[in-house]
Amino acid sequence: MPERDLNLKRTPLYEEHLKLGAKIVPFSGWSMPLQYTGIIDEHFQTREKVGLFDICHMGELVVEGRAAENDLEKLLSCSIKDIAQGKCRYGFLLNGSGGIIDDLIVFRTGEETFMLVVNSATTQKDLDWILQNISSETKARDISEETAKIDLQGPGSSSVIKQVTGYDEETKLKRFSFDEISLEGIKILLSRTGYTGEAGYELFFDAPMAPRVWQALLSCEEAKPIGLGARDTLRMEMGYSLYGNDIDETRSPLEASLSAFVCMEKDFIGKTALIKQLEEGVEQVLKGFICEGRRSARKGFSVIIKGQTIGKVTSGGFSPSMQKGIGLCYLDAESSNAGTEILLTDGKIEIKAVISDMPIYKR
Amino acid sequence: MVPEDLKYTKEHEWVKVEGTKATIGITDHAQSELGDITFIELPEIGSEINVSDSIATVESVKAASDIYAPLAGKVTEVNEALESSPEVVNQSPYDEGWILKVEVSGDSGKENLMDQAAYETYIKENK
Repeated sequence: MPERDLNLKRTPLYEEHLKLGAKIVPFSGWSMPLQYTGIIDEHFQTREKVGLFDICHMGELVVEGRAAENDLEKLLSCSIKDIAQGKCRYGFLLNGSGGIIDDLIVFRTGEETFMLVVNSATTQKDLDWILQNISSETKARDISEETAKIDLQGPGSSSVIKQVTGYDEETKLKRFSFDEISLEGIKILLSRTGYTGEAGYELFFDAPMAPRVWQALLSCEEAKPIGLGARDTLRMEMGYSLYGNDIDETRSPLEASLSAFVCMEKDFIGKTALIKQLEEGVEQVLKGFICEGRRSARKGFSVIIKGQTIGKVTSGGFSPSMQKGIGLCYLDAESSNAGTEILLTDGKIEIKAVISDMPIYKR
Repeated sequence: MVPEDLKYTKEHEWVKVEGTKATIGITDHAQSELGDITFIELPEIGSEINVSDSIATVESVKAASDIYAPLAGKVTEVNEALESSPEVVNQSPYDEGWILKVEVSGDSGKENLMDQAAYETYIKENK
């Protein structure tokens, strides 16, 4: 039995994880499943079949009111006014220096109602920032506690949803769209989004229903539970940033190579700083790297070219799909072209690697 | 799960001593804690090792950890199959997943080795 740490929060699925024999670890204030059968096994289960992830720890904020659209337009890097009801979009909350307060997905759930899906460790910080920057008629509240989130990811996802709910989305639900469906009478917001690079969904619903939804989805033989370990290897292969590792308040979307999620045709907090960065160019950029062999550079390793330290690894580990070490690093923009040879070191070992564009794993 | 005929260290290595020869690997408990092993750096054949030297590195998906020499001596053989198939350590930690063989010199380190019963108790107490 894992040690009971009363400082760690548990998701409504904690008992399910114990029943499934998960290895439980502390993760940003929560007791979360690291793995069930093994990270590599779960990684391929998701890439080739379908995996189920407990993501209840993530935060959900509701922003609503007549001025909500305008307020979010000012708060978020992505364009809001052209998000139709039933659509969602990836973007950032930026500070005045263009640094990333959080990365999130904004859903337009109604004409004047939005849901923001944010990182768990930043939920309170995000809400405080939003409350400081919205007009008095706009309301913002945290619904994380009462909201469960389960991700279903992998090529078999739509078949599982069809089997369990009868909902056939193939023809209607496009990427970054969502719909309301019913699973055994439980109301679910089904969104065609994810963090693995596979086709799949994120399901949002009332927290007490979590064990029932989890069990119903797992009753499909092809679906298996996936822990945070494989969630990390899956996202790293796609080059997706992890907040707190690859992006934070000291890095802008331009440095993080995420300018596609910034709309410069509108005003928003941090825009002035980004314009300056665009004019002057950024010193460092986030890139992927692929190691020569199975040995992986880890977070904190230095990036070296011709004896000069020019950057730092922010995520690193083994790629099951490529059978090589991979990761993400910030390095000097002028030396960041794909194919550039680099050396990664922690002072004790040196690993040869090459710079890669995203995604790192190309099928 | 813990074999009777081996000796164990607090760092969760196992040692099979046969005369002046010793085979070294990591225990089932160690491989289970590490998770999927993805890379093993093996020592060079012929290198001299002292007790507590870092003699190999085992990397899993999540982390890297060192293996320390439980005895002093000279490395006579390494399990080269692990270079391309490190997962063998997960599958067969006490048998096919052995890591290195040593020609032992002297008794240093032996006083710290535990037998099966002592190691089982040690694992329970350190959970």
